[in-house]
Amino acid sequence: MAPTDRTKIARQFIEAIPFSKALNMSLEEIGEGRAVISMPYNEALVGDPRSGVIHGGAVSALMDTCGGAAVMSHPDGPIATATIDLRIDYMRAAAPGQTIRTEAGCYHVTRSVAFVRATAWDEDTDRPVAAATGAFTFQRANGGGKP
Amino acid sequence: MKTPEPVQVIKTRRDALLGKLTSAVPYIGFLGIEFDRRGDELTAVLPYKPALVGNPALQALHGGATASFLEVTSVVELTWATLWADLEAGRVDPEGDVLPRIPKTIDFTVDYLRSGLPRDAYARARINRSGRRYASVHVEAWQDNRSRLFAQATGHFLMPAPTDSE
Repeated sequence: MAPTDRTKIARQFIEAIPFSKALNMSLEEIGEGRAVISMPYNEALVGDPRSGVIHGGAVSALMDTCGGAAVMSHPDGPIATATIDLRIDYMRAAAPGQTIRTEAGCYHVTRSVAFVRATAWDEDTDRPVAAATGAFTFQRANGGGKP
Repeated sequence: MKTPEPVQVIKTRRDALLGKLTSAVPYIGFLGIEFDRRGDELTAVLPYKPALVGNPALQALHGGATASFLEVTSVVELTWATLWADLEAGRVDPEGDVLPRIPKTIDFTVDYLRSGLPRDAYARARINRSGRRYASVHVEAWQDNRSRLFAQATGHFLMPAPTDSE
């Protein structure tokens, strides 16, 4: 498959996900095992009514979606993937009112697993709000393993 | 000797406090999560809705919806444990207008065991350790069979200061 076709298919796939749409996620960049997705601030996603900070679960959903998008855009990768595990470290509260943006990349792929790292920022791009590492299912598009 | 309070009065008071906690958090309402209470034990219920889907071909729940459900269940369990102790000790008025103090998530690790089906999901959290400052919680989620978990998670949380520090 040509890289541009793969990127197009992955983009269509990500943009059709109902839960990601419900959270207003938008795919900003995708290709070669890397993706960037943003999620605007929304009062419906608040987890702490005292501070107005977005619930960690919504940030998890953003990082999970972005990790999956990175896997789907990998040149050897599958057009569908599933999360095996995902760990998120919440480094600080995202500022209320600000968009959260996540970048995810596959840092290693085997014949059946993609290992992904992701980072999330609000408008202060010097201080990440969260970092994640995950494993995703990875079935090679050509159906075979490494020669 | 004081006569025990009627059971309905106690239940109403406990349910009012739980309702106050869960309705204060917008994201719980956004996902549609409800809580069943039996004594102090909570079971979180995530009624299925199409907006929770992550894979339209399989109608499978989104991993992020599952992670959110597990994290909400953990945070509510931790907050409820503190509120319950305060309620039983008469330190909190369930009719009062007080926003609950929510623990902050430090880290959260989700283990996806099988894909979430387009059905209602249930979860229960267990507090394995709750100190003055830090807590460790394990949470399990299932759908049709209690013994066939579809996801589980462990999280660490920073507990709010016990007294008013505002």
